[in-house]
Amino acid sequence: MTPALKTTDLTRSFDIGKRLFGPPRARVHAVNPMSFEVPTGETLGIVGESGCGKSTLARMLVGLLPPTSGQIEIEGRALDRADPAAFGRLIQYVFQDPVSSLNPRKTIRQIIEAPLRNLHGMHGPALDARIAELFDAVNLRPEFLSRYPHEFSGGQAQRIGIARALAASPRILILDEPVSALDVSVQAQVLNLLAELKVKLNLTYLFISHDLAVVEAVSDRIAVLYFGSLVESGPAEKVFATPRHPYTKLLADSAPVVGRPLGGAQSGELPDPLNPPLGCAFATRCPRASDLCKRAIPELRVVEGDQFAACHHPLAP
Amino acid sequence: MSLFLRLLFRNKLAGFGAVVLGLIVVLALLTPILPLHPPNETNTANRFLRPLSDGHLLGTDHLGRDLLSRLMWGTRLSLAVGFAAALVAGLLGATIGVIAGYFGGRTDNVTMRGIDMLMAFPYILLALAIVAVLGPGLFNALVAVAVVNIPFFARNIRGVTVGIAHREFIDAARLAGMGNTRILLTEVVPNIVPVVVIAMSTTIGWMILETAGLSFLGLGSQPPQADLGSMLGEARAALITAPHTSIVPGVMILLIVMSVNLLGDGIRDALDPRLRSGALSRPMAATRVKRAEAPAPKGDGLLRIDALETQFHVGPRIYRAVNRVSLQLDPGECLGLIGESGSGKSVTALSVMGLVASPPGVITGGAIRLNGQDLIGAPYELLRSLRGRKVAYIFQDPLSTLHPLYRIGDQLIEAIRVHEPVSHAEAHRRAIKLLEDVRIPNAAQRARAYPHEMSGGMRQRVGIAMALANDPEIIIADEPTTALDVTVQAQILALLDDLRRSRGLAILFITHDFGVVAQLCDRVAVMYGGRIVEAGPTPKVLAAPAHPYTKRLIACVPELGAGRRALAAIPGLPPAVDDLPPGCAFAPRCEKARDSCRAGEIALDGDARQVRCLFPEVTP
Repeated sequence: MTPALKTTDLTRSFDIGKRLFGPPRARVHAVNPMSFEVPTGETLGIVGESGCGKSTLARMLVGLLPPTSGQIEIEGRALDRADPAAFGRLIQYVFQDPVSSLNPRKTIRQIIEAPLRNLHGMHGPALDARIAELFDAVNLRPEFLSRYPHEFSGGQAQRIGIARALAASPRILILDEPVSALDVSVQAQVLNLLAELKVKLNLTYLFISHDLAVVEAVSDRIAVLYFGSLVESGPAEKVFATPRHPYTKLLADSAPVVGRPLGGAQSGELPDPLNPPLGCAFATRCPRASDLCKRAIPELRVVEGDQFAACHHPLAP
Repeated sequence: MSLFLRLLFRNKLAGFGAVVLGLIVVLALLTPILPLHPPNETNTANRFLRPLSDGHLLGTDHLGRDLLSRLMWGTRLSLAVGFAAALVAGLLGATIGVIAGYFGGRTDNVTMRGIDMLMAFPYILLALAIVAVLGPGLFNALVAVAVVNIPFFARNIRGVTVGIAHREFIDAARLAGMGNTRILLTEVVPNIVPVVVIAMSTTIGWMILETAGLSFLGLGSQPPQADLGSMLGEARAALITAPHTSIVPGVMILLIVMSVNLLGDGIRDALDPRLRSGALSRPMAATRVKRAEAPAPKGDGLLRIDALETQFHVGPRIYRAVNRVSLQLDPGECLGLIGESGSGKSVTALSVMGLVASPPGVITGGAIRLNGQDLIGAPYELLRSLRGRKVAYIFQDPLSTLHPLYRIGDQLIEAIRVHEPVSHAEAHRRAIKLLEDVRIPNAAQRARAYPHEMSGGMRQRVGIAMALANDPEIIIADEPTTALDVTVQAQILALLDDLRRSRGLAILFITHDFGVVAQLCDRVAVMYGGRIVEAGPTPKVLAAPAHPYTKRLIACVPELGAGRRALAAIPGLPPAVDDLPPGCAFAPRCEKARDSCRAGEIALDGDARQVRCLFPEVTP
């Protein structure tokens, strides 16, 4: 079966210190060659800390940022990079900050109408019917349509953001930290709504978050990013329970959990992106690092079953 | 609109400006139908008549023309030219600014360098050059003044547009299939209109002056046509013998420009959302106190808060952010204060040292006792001597609490020397020691770094070092790890825990994360709607929550290692603290709520383990 979303060696680098003429002063590789597949109807969770390239990846997938090289395929067809509207009908984005992703000077109706009119050419009664249907799907009352974004709480604004993304009738939703700006009691409401919609509309999700527990709760598979590379991937129930990459283990140990003493207080920071290390980017923080790790970048390969890790010395379960 | 007018007239000077300008504009509009002499009718026999002479209220000029009539017609012309120039400069400048700011890159570079070249000329020289090329005349003067003012608008609007072009709703519009032109017109422009209006309202006065200047030099309106500048220019020769011919147009220019500027400032303040909330006035050095009487202490402890009430008074609304909160912090203890946004946890913490911004914050009741001494209503000098020395704060975002232009070492030295009269060298030595204490590698070298050169985790370590600078007894940490990554958060939490044990610090730790509370805090208090709903030893509260809110909030938090699952949610929203229901604030969202829950005040029951509920989950 063709996967809903497939990337092949997708990369992105940024030029630092652009000059009017001549080459830039330096290049930073935000996303190193990255290949993965998401089967239809599944959720791929992506975790990583700030600076790991997860937002760059998300913006490339929805066509807001052209990749430096590599391919994106949706349902078996390679995507045309020139036309954001072509992306728009297949893949949509739900933003982290629900309030700033809504134009403060437009009513909710104007905001929801935009994708319906521009991507699907709807108007008249069909448009009104579709808006009512969308609002019903995200449990919002129709009288909200004539209001402005600042009148809504974070949870309501995020529902509006989800309704706008669904308006394009996409096959895939990229959820970029969709609940990190929300309070926990509201966060669960939005997560449950997303789960319901996925089943009802047969959607495929890419769920990006820094909150390990949230990702684990909503994902089928999880991919861990570090310094622009995929370091581990596997089924959600295994990745944090039996991590194979030392970085995944550090992440899992650092998450504050009720009934566990403070741990993972290991020092160390990300390498300098302008001067990336020769070998594994995690080697300087890794207790298992050997000479090999400082020399050669490890490839992502099967460790056991369907669990992959990019590590020369993966952990035993 | 009525809100705008109310805000405008709150500023008395702006109101005055509006009235004066309004009068002038009305008179200028009515000029053609007023019973005036024709402005250009000469009568050399009556030249230089003094004001209040028969038939000529303001006298006559050197050709015997009626000054009042010329003044009215001149004002009409000057105002029209000034407004037109502002409109043209505003529209063209804003268009250039929007395009440069939105497209960025090379477009931006080329356009803005062009604008920079325009700005490199002294404005009056540039205007003179333009008029010299186009030839004298009022319309050409208008063109010159407009062109000279384009850079001001272009640069201003470009800056605003750059900020908007990177907002998420622009990305959303692109994903909705909109092209650049539509995004510019329907998404960007509506957001910059207020800025253009503000910029115009503050520059019209200036443009009227510039036009008058060109006319004064004889490059604007041509005789016999009157405008304020040319009237001044013609009167210059008779300045000593007939001063009234200069004074009359001079006073009018003064009145117009002054009223336009006063009104413009008022419009700016009324339209600016930051100033609208009343932030126009700088917050006071300590929170305002309006308290009837200090309640008697209910116990001891290093820090004891009794029935604290902090409110925000915004217009007619009263937000009860903190509603009779009582807490006790013992030496060496870590107390967690947990709650969702708007629950009042940060305001409680800021009230301790009187740091709640006033206006609109007011402490309306309760007592805060540090070693038995009441801090509410204490003189500012006392609060200032205690801030940082006895009670120090660590905030969420160290990037915004550290000064961006000073090296972190110098900021630490300053913090030390504020409270202790030590030499610079001694303070420097101690600053390095502090940085080592918070485990910053290469402390001596890092002390020379600026805040933006450090990572988030390192900056928060500096924030902690800053709090430790004067060896305080209490640290109030307001979500210190919320902005950090999990691995860095673990490092910072471990550091705080070590410091508290090695130095015997008491910590009031504010957070929304139960995992963090469980790992760090001895006791925990849960806040909801400005009140404490439950408090007790952390393990007991987390293992067997007594308040339904605590229980269900804990159930909402996914726990690592439990795999894929549906999450429990609490339906509804937290209450707005300006409209709290009587009785239990959680009742509208609570499954167990009965009529008695909504009837009246519910007490916080218990001693070591407290709960504010009529039907607790477990008996505390």
